[in-house]
Amino acid sequence: MNTFLELKNVSKKFPAGKDLFGRANRFVHAVNNISFKVQQGETFSLVGESGCGKSTTGRLIDRLLTPDEGEISFLGQRIDQLDQQGMRPLRREIQMIFQDPAGSLNPRMTVEDLIAEPLIIHNPQMTAQDRMQEVRKLMQVVGISPKNANRYPHEFSGGQKQRIGIARALSVQPQLIIADEPVSALDVSIQAQVLHLLQRLQEQLDLTYIFISHDLSVVEMISDRIAVMYLGFILELADKDKLFANPSHPYTQALISAVPIPDPQKKPERIYLEGEIPSALNLPKGCPFASRCPKCMDRCKQERPVLREIEAGHEIACFLFEEGACPSKS
Amino acid sequence: MQQAKLLEVKNLRTEFPYDKNKTVPAVHHISFSMEEGEILGLVGESGCGKSVTALSVMGLIANSNGIITDGEIYFKGQNLLTMNKKQRRLIRGGAMSMIFQEPMSSLNPAMRIDKQIMEAIQLHTDLDKDQARALARKLLVMVGIPDPDRVLKNYPHQLSGGMSQRVMIALAMSCQPELLIADEPTTALDVTIQAQILELLREIQKEKNTGILLITHDLGVVAEMCDRVIVMYAGEIVEVAVCKELFQSPRHPYTQGLIASVPKLGSGRTSLPWIPGSVPDLLSMPKACRFAPRCPYATDKCRTEKPDLLEKAPGHEARCWFSESQQPVEE
Repeated sequence: MNTFLELKNVSKKFPAGKDLFGRANRFVHAVNNISFKVQQGETFSLVGESGCGKSTTGRLIDRLLTPDEGEISFLGQRIDQLDQQGMRPLRREIQMIFQDPAGSLNPRMTVEDLIAEPLIIHNPQMTAQDRMQEVRKLMQVVGISPKNANRYPHEFSGGQKQRIGIARALSVQPQLIIADEPVSALDVSIQAQVLHLLQRLQEQLDLTYIFISHDLSVVEMISDRIAVMYLGFILELADKDKLFANPSHPYTQALISAVPIPDPQKKPERIYLEGEIPSALNLPKGCPFASRCPKCMDRCKQERPVLREIEAGHEIACFLFEEGACPSKS
Repeated sequence: MQQAKLLEVKNLRTEFPYDKNKTVPAVHHISFSMEEGEILGLVGESGCGKSVTALSVMGLIANSNGIITDGEIYFKGQNLLTMNKKQRRLIRGGAMSMIFQEPMSSLNPAMRIDKQIMEAIQLHTDLDKDQARALARKLLVMVGIPDPDRVLKNYPHQLSGGMSQRVMIALAMSCQPELLIADEPTTALDVTIQAQILELLREIQKEKNTGILLITHDLGVVAEMCDRVIVMYAGEIVEVAVCKELFQSPRHPYTQGLIASVPKLGSGRTSLPWIPGSVPDLLSMPKACRFAPRCPYATDKCRTEKPDLLEKAPGHEARCWFSESQQPVEE
């Protein structure tokens, strides 16, 4: 059977400086040699701090960006080098939801037109009447009263705007939805609502999600599997339960310990990270996390560890877990 | 005579003009006070008036076109609203200072860090240039900047977000303020950096006994930092309590809903309750209880009579008709 989505050794860099002759000579290494597989129907999360490459990864999968190296396969087909024309039929299958619901909706279009737009592009033979019926159905699915079809985005609250964004993504019946920080701009009392909607839609429509977020507590609620990214590398990749029960990479441990606990009775045992985050312009030779790692060894500065399995469904890129290395010795 | 409180806000009302000769109140008659050295949290969701409150106290609200139309603000017994501009300016940045959400955009991008800090110091003290520079360096060391001499010569764009916020804190602490207003100081930062900045603020409070008015939407930050907490909703204070008590037995249904809707890391839950509906529009506020349209317990009384902010237990106030009898929401 074909894997639903697979990334193999994917890298992406962006030019950041030019030499005398206008040729790019400095690069931001946004995504570095990452590989993972996503199964149909699961929620796969990419989590990390700003600049870790999680959004770039999402854009590579949606092919808004073209990878410099590596392979991306979707439904058994290589998509990494497809051009716009070749991608078009696949765009129906891959849709995105963005962080800023206000910024991703055209303020001059009514809700009805906004939701109908993808249908006009991807399903031009549909009659106007069928389309309107479909739009109203979608509005109901995401919980916006079809009465409001002729209103403009600014008349809705943040949570409702995000629902409109979700309806747009759903309109072409995609199989994969890439949600880039879909609840980060929403108030916490609204977040749970939108997450619940995403979960319900996944069950009803058998959707697969790539969920991109910096917020570990949100990721914990929605994910099946989680990849922790840092400086464009995946440092740890595990089933949700394993990641939170047994966070193994020193970065994952620090990240989890840094999340404030909304309970004044509990004091977190915090790991404070010292040191600066390396620049993505000059990747360190060794482990990307070495400069801030409390357990850094000499070897970490010289060699780059690769992802390897430490238990079923739990991979980690760290020399502490290499055979022969004794974690307690650090 | 009882010593004056560090900060006392009485009946503050701040409005914004929106149409010809029309204004809309963003902060609606709020009153609270703060003790010396206290960390007081001001929480609420977007649009609840928490930042407007901070800017009103700081005397910066006119820059955002806001107008204070009622109330008094006392800082150590002095009425800030009746003093002249010059006196006000001496307090602002001196005994009272502020840090903002966006450290990058709060610093002047065209000015070196040393100039920016020295400017603030020289405005408020008699120190000469060299003394001011020495103090600036000392401040950077205090806020945990590892390489102060280099950072002094840098421009803001050369610093990371966490470093910029440290510089902002150094700048705010330059004249040893007694009150530091921190408006979402860590919202724009990554969690690992947030942890460092919160730790720094705690240290400053302990060492210098600075009162901190911490404005945030993040209940996790509140739980970790605050002594007491004010919860705002739609321009009003709906609950005031000691931090522990607020989380243990929230009295107002809004606070209860808010606490219940926060995801807790490691809880293993895949869904959470939420508050139905959305925050009312400033122009069409419910006349009685402003939370009534979203409240699961609302009755006719809530829709017709406005509840006052009343003490429900020692030191614990809530604006709700029913909060005596109500049990806190189940976990």
